[in-house]
Order: sequence, then structure tokens, then C-alpha cells
Amino acid sequence: MDADMDAEPALVLRGVTKRFGGLAVCDDIGFAVPTGARMALIGPNGAGKTTLFNLISGVYAIDSGSISLQGQPIHDLPPRRRVRAGLSRSFQNIRLMPHLSVIENIMLGQHTLASDIGSLLSPLAWQRNSPWRKQAEDSMHRAGIDVDPDAAVSGLPYGLRKKIEVVRALMSRPRVLILDEPAAGLNPRETAELSNFLRSVAWDGLTLLVVEHDMSFVHDLCDRTVVLNFGRLIYDGPTPGVQENQEVREAYLGSRRVTKKEAGRVA
Amino acid sequence: MSGYLSGTLAILCINLIFAYGIFITAVAGQINLGGAGFQAIGAYATAWLASQSGAPMWVIIPAATLISALVGFLISLPVLRTRGVYMVLATFAFGEVVAGFLLRSEIFGGAIGMVVPQHAELWVLIASAVMTTLAAFYLMATRLGLAMRSLNDDEDAATVLGVNARAVQVAAFTIGGAFAGLSGALYALNFGFVEAQYFNALLSIYVLLFVLIGGAQTAWGPLAGSLFFTILPELFRVGGSWRYFVFGVLIVLMMMVRPEGIVTRDLVRRLSPFAWWRRAGVAHGR
Repeated sequence: MDADMDAEPALVLRGVTKRFGGLAVCDDIGFAVPTGARMALIGPNGAGKTTLFNLISGVYAIDSGSISLQGQPIHDLPPRRRVRAGLSRSFQNIRLMPHLSVIENIMLGQHTLASDIGSLLSPLAWQRNSPWRKQAEDSMHRAGIDVDPDAAVSGLPYGLRKKIEVVRALMSRPRVLILDEPAAGLNPRETAELSNFLRSVAWDGLTLLVVEHDMSFVHDLCDRTVVLNFGRLIYDGPTPGVQENQEVREAYLGSRRVTKKEAGRVA
Repeated sequence: MSGYLSGTLAILCINLIFAYGIFITAVAGQINLGGAGFQAIGAYATAWLASQSGAPMWVIIPAATLISALVGFLISLPVLRTRGVYMVLATFAFGEVVAGFLLRSEIFGGAIGMVVPQHAELWVLIASAVMTTLAAFYLMATRLGLAMRSLNDDEDAATVLGVNARAVQVAAFTIGGAFAGLSGALYALNFGFVEAQYFNALLSIYVLLFVLIGGAQTAWGPLAGSLFFTILPELFRVGGSWRYFVFGVLIVLMMMVRPEGIVTRDLVRRLSPFAWWRRAGVAHGR
């Protein structure tokens, strides 16, 4: 914990607020993700987790507050510039391109590294030995995606497509990777595999922020956890302590309604 | 070669290049219903340059193509602010504005049209069609082509992956404008006469159908669509006026049977001579 304080945090949110109509979906949220940490973001349904991810990745604009990545404010940048700044994400519902093959989907993740005019206009699909394709195939194999790289992505099993999306998000060589429910819909074996894979790719300096409901996955992968409830931050600390926290328990299980009679008895 | 055959071949070449112009924007997820406007610009630029400057054809054709590309670039900036059906209407309006302008302008002959004092031989059309086809296949193989296709699939996800959606779509509109303009230039040089009434909404609809029926997923689609729409009506000539009915029914059937077009990516993959070999390689664990 103390070592974390020395280095500049990879991702810092300060007073992040987003309203839809009159409803504050994210209300004054502030926390820091230390460089190299694997942090979980949890909370009951409707707590604002996915909205917060959309604010971080730039799908929505924040109403107030600030978001910085490695000390650089990113909240005014369009999404593609945030990718260049070192941010990458996956989606809650798989958002692979259905008409692209497996390898094309993964190579699309390289876009920010290859967006000069020469790379854009070289015939990638005809260069089966290009370093881009080699790199994408290597990442596929390291992630245990053992299918024909040129296969259509739409026919593949759910767990595999989920993995492909994570690999695609890694192709831009992010400093911070944010994953929205990566284990949702996976069976226990696939979940364990994903956890191991994420641990193996979390090379020195890669920071993970993961929205997840599967608490055993969170315990397995994440050393720190932040908890949202009704758009507010209610816990920011080590993962092992989270389930003992009274406010977190109430958020998930509901607080006991205290009657006047009971209140009198307690008093 | 008989006059009939060479005439049909010339129309096929023009239609094919025109179809690629619409295809390129369709690949990036935009429906261009103003194709006739771009073709008209290429055709009238050619007619005007040929009658005013007397420059040789190899100067006029690229010049007309460039002018149409420039218009494509400029028109994409406001058009790309619209989405979905509104974009379709915006491009449609563009086509109507171009036709209306040409119909009323004195220097372009108004309703009388313009005579083109030069003629392109069939080989010029064939060479242009071959080069356009190769260019389309090349473009589809590039990373720019990959980015264009990703926008058609899921623009928001592509943006979050770092694709500059607007820049890619502007590029698609510009290249599409160039191809459509080239087809117009060849039309003018083949028929020797241009009139604004020809470049109407029905033409825009037809060329869009070439692409949608042919398939917008691969560069094979416009080829299939142009062949389908150029050859079949000729074959149906024996049926007299019933041919329009038969052709219409056939289009509806095609849309029902192959909603993603005659040629899909999956079909290309299965027909590829490498597919069997590659599958065999995978089966043996590479």
C-alpha cells in the first residue's frame, strides 16, 4: 500500500459527476488506481459502474470533475485520443465486429499503433507474414485462442469471443486496461483461465480496472476494490476487507428497516 | 465484336466503376443515394473540358475524376453530420441539387445537354474498369479498409478502439466520389452526349441496388451486382414488356434469399482455393 503512494497513480478520478436528466448516475466519484494494480469496481445493479466506464473511456462526457491517466487529464479528449494516451477497454456485451474474422478483429486493436498513412494503405490482408499479423497471432496463441485466425467471429462460442475481445483491447499496448464484466457468462473453468491470462498479461506497469459481479474472480485477481452504490463511492480499500464492510453489506443486502419500537429498545 | 456486344460491355464497365463508387461508402457504413449526382459531375466536367479546352483524354479523365473526388470530400463534411435515414435523404438531396443545377445552367447547356467532342474506345473503358476493380480489392485489403468495415459493423466500438470514424468516412466519400466521377467521365466519352435528365434519382437507386444485391461485404459484390443488373435485363429482352415485372420479382427474391447480397464474405471464404488447404492445416494442429 505504501509503495503505491510513491508512484504516480495510473488512473485518477476526482469528483466525477454525470447526470441523466435530474438523476446523478455518478455522483462526485473520486479514487485512484495505483500503477500496476489490479482493481475491481463492484456494486449492485444500477450502481453506475458501466456509466463510469463510459465516462472513463469517453463514450459519455463528464458533467464535472476530472479524469487523468498517468498524470495527463483525459476527460476532454475524444475516445480515440484516450486510446492513444494509453487507455483500452472491453464491453459488457461483446462488441466484436461480426463481419470481421478473428484475426481482423484482433488487428483492429492495433489501429492506433498503425494509423500513419503508410500503414493505413499497405495491403494488410495480403501480407500474411506481416509483423502486425504475426503479433496478433502470437497474442491469440498466448491467450489460448486456438481457432483458425481467418474464421468468422460470429460462429464462435461465447467464452472464446469474450477472450478475443480482451486480446483485442490489449493490442493497443495500453497502460490502463478497463474490463466490463469479463467473466460474465463464462463457466468456472473459463473464468479461471481468464483470471490466469489477465495475471500473465499484466506485465510490469499494466494497470487493470475490472467491473465484475463474480466475487471469487475478484478475490482471485484483484488486490484492491472500490464499491459504488446509487452512483456514490462507498468503499475504497483492499479486496479482502470488502465483504466485512457494513455499508457494502447494506448496499447488497438492503438495510434492515428499524421500527420505532426497535429503536426504542436499542435506546 | 458486334456493336450490340461492345455496347453492352461498355455499359457494364461504366456500371461497374459507378458501383464501386457507391460500394466504397457502403463499406464504411454509409448509404449514398446521390450517386447520380457524382456521376453527373464527372460527366459534365468531361463534356465541359473536352469542348472548352480540347485537352487530350488522358488529361480530361483524371481531371474529371479529381473534380468529383473534391466534391465528394466537400459534400461529406455536412452529410456526415447526419445519420441513418437522414444521411440517405441528405445524399439523395445532393443528387437532386446537382441535376437541378445542371438543368438550369446556361454554360452546361441546360435542358439541351452537351455534346462531347471526343470519343473513348472500348479498351479505355475496359482498362479503367479493371484498374478500378483492382483498386477496390486493394483498398479492402488495407488497414484503412479494415477500419472502414469496422465502422459499418459497430461505429462506437471502433471509435473506442481508436478509429477516427469521421476521417475514415470522409476518405470513403472522397474515394467513392472519385470512382463515381470516373464512371461519369467514361459515360460522357462513350456516348458523346450528356443531359441532366439522365442523372436522375432512379439511376441513384439502381447503382445502390447493384451494390446491395451484389453484396457490400467484399469487393466481389459490385462485380456480381453489375453483372446481374447489366446482363439479366438484356437476357430478358425476349420477354418483351414482361421483363420489368420478371426483373422486379427477381430483385425481391434475391433480397429474401440473400439479404446480405449475392457474394458474402462467408461465400468468398468457402470458395477460396486456400480454404480447404487452410482447414487441413488447422486440423493437423499447424
